[in-house]
Amino acid sequence: MNNRKEKIMQLVFLAAACASIALVAMICCFLFANGLPTIGKIGISEFLLGEKWRPNNDIYGILPMIMGSVYVTLGACITGVPIGILTAIFMARFCPAGVYRFLKPAVELLAGIPSVIYGFFGLVVMVPFIRDNFGGTGSSMLTASLLLGMMILPTLISVAEAALRAVPDSYYEGALALGAGHVRSVFFTVGPAAKSGIMAAIILGVGRAIGETMAVIMVAGNQARMPQGLLEGVRTMTTNIVIEMGYAADLHRDALIATAVVLFIFIMLINLTFSYLKGKVVQQ
Amino acid sequence: MNFSKEMYRYGRDPLSIFLLGCVWLAAAVTFLSLAFLLFYILWQGLPNLSPKLFELEYSTENVSMFPALLDTLIMVVLALLMATPLGIFAAIYLVEYAKRGNKIVNVVRVTADTLSGIPSIVYGLFGMLFFVTYLHMGYSLLAGSCTVAIMILPLIMRTTEEALRAVPDSYREGSYGLGAGKLRTVFAVVLPSAVPGILAGVILGIGRIVGETAALIYTAGTVAALPTNVMSSGRTLAVHMYVLASEGLYMKQAYATAVVLVLIVIGINAASARVAKKLMKGN
Repeated sequence: MNNRKEKIMQLVFLAAACASIALVAMICCFLFANGLPTIGKIGISEFLLGEKWRPNNDIYGILPMIMGSVYVTLGACITGVPIGILTAIFMARFCPAGVYRFLKPAVELLAGIPSVIYGFFGLVVMVPFIRDNFGGTGSSMLTASLLLGMMILPTLISVAEAALRAVPDSYYEGALALGAGHVRSVFFTVGPAAKSGIMAAIILGVGRAIGETMAVIMVAGNQARMPQGLLEGVRTMTTNIVIEMGYAADLHRDALIATAVVLFIFIMLINLTFSYLKGKVVQQ
Repeated sequence: MNFSKEMYRYGRDPLSIFLLGCVWLAAAVTFLSLAFLLFYILWQGLPNLSPKLFELEYSTENVSMFPALLDTLIMVVLALLMATPLGIFAAIYLVEYAKRGNKIVNVVRVTADTLSGIPSIVYGLFGMLFFVTYLHMGYSLLAGSCTVAIMILPLIMRTTEEALRAVPDSYREGSYGLGAGKLRTVFAVVLPSAVPGILAGVILGIGRIVGETAALIYTAGTVAALPTNVMSSGRTLAVHMYVLASEGLYMKQAYATAVVLVLIVIGINAASARVAKKLMKGN
């Protein structure tokens, strides 16, 4: 009797553990079952490389959105990565303990602030600022890049800081013993030793930036055309889905789901790279 | 480390001075921008908070956020009801039952990582295809909470797993030694001592749900009226905030909603930090 209860519960636990496998499988199935036939119908090259998105004329090319996502993510990396990594170095090796007590929760808060709040902040502060100082309408690739750069900071900081802290102290002490100062020891021995962890942080940040939706929608302008320049509006894959899903029907709706499939594949590639790098860190 | 003493020591090494400057500058940019964001939203929003915004009914004259607050609460409770037991049970299997080198463990871990990397809009689309259309739930709080429950599942699973692993083996051995079975050991000995860690994860999950927008627009919908049951469509606070800000008609109310959201998030973070601190002390 007791034995049977144990067996049943073990099966329940096993089922719960398999839930995440089942969920990933289901998400893949539903997205791919709806998206892949659509891509086939539109034509894979017309869909991925088409430069025009005109749902009214049944023209569905998502290259503008792919480029939009790539540019905005690249912009976020250019602004966010140096600041994030340097802040991580600060947190791991330069921050006085008394200050660290307040900065660590601050980084967690930065991670916890919802993306609508970032978007709202971008809308009421950054958009007018860019409009007044750089021209254009303010809702632009530049604004989106800056805002995303800020949003990926907590991810970069916490992962990179953990990587830097995982470097054995003997590396640092060895450098000091050879006559290097604190700064040089940190930058030229501890930093390179944490290289794959820092790369993992950057890749995770890229994943965040490419998947971000609500903040981008509020500041990017969202014009569905090939990106024209830093101060012109762009539309990303994520925002394309949110903006048009509300009224889309038939092939248009399926084309949006197919956009999600492309986004999903991008994210999967990024995740695989991340797990590969994480595995490398563990091996070290 | 004294900053000026440090600078003096590097008097003859411009590279070090340059790098040191970069580090401090970057840290200043990070934390000043956070401080500016918080300060700006509180400063602009607090004067716009009024009791009128918390009235029962939403109307075009009074864009009350009360229905949205209620929706958020329902959403959090429903999603936790689904995700917490599932996440905890899964973690129990991974830590207590799975043998070393078990293939399933690896697969579960990879899929959990995958789940936590999927962008919320993809969850939103999946929720729309599966819960709303396939299961005929329609735009409803139930469909929305199912969607966010999947989103927070890996978070709860991972924190529970860590909490369970932190429980010393001597507890388990003691329990076995007294004649308790495996199941009893798990529920009566291991789980209670892992509660603070699990709780910290659950609190973070609440934060995720409160801040979620993209996954909810096409699953829970954007109706602003008071919900009557779990099958009625409703907007959570974050969705409410997005609609107000993108319509642009009620900016004052949007500022006020932003303040409420920020305060909730700060509260949640503080609570989670407290629980985590308790955990550190307990060990």
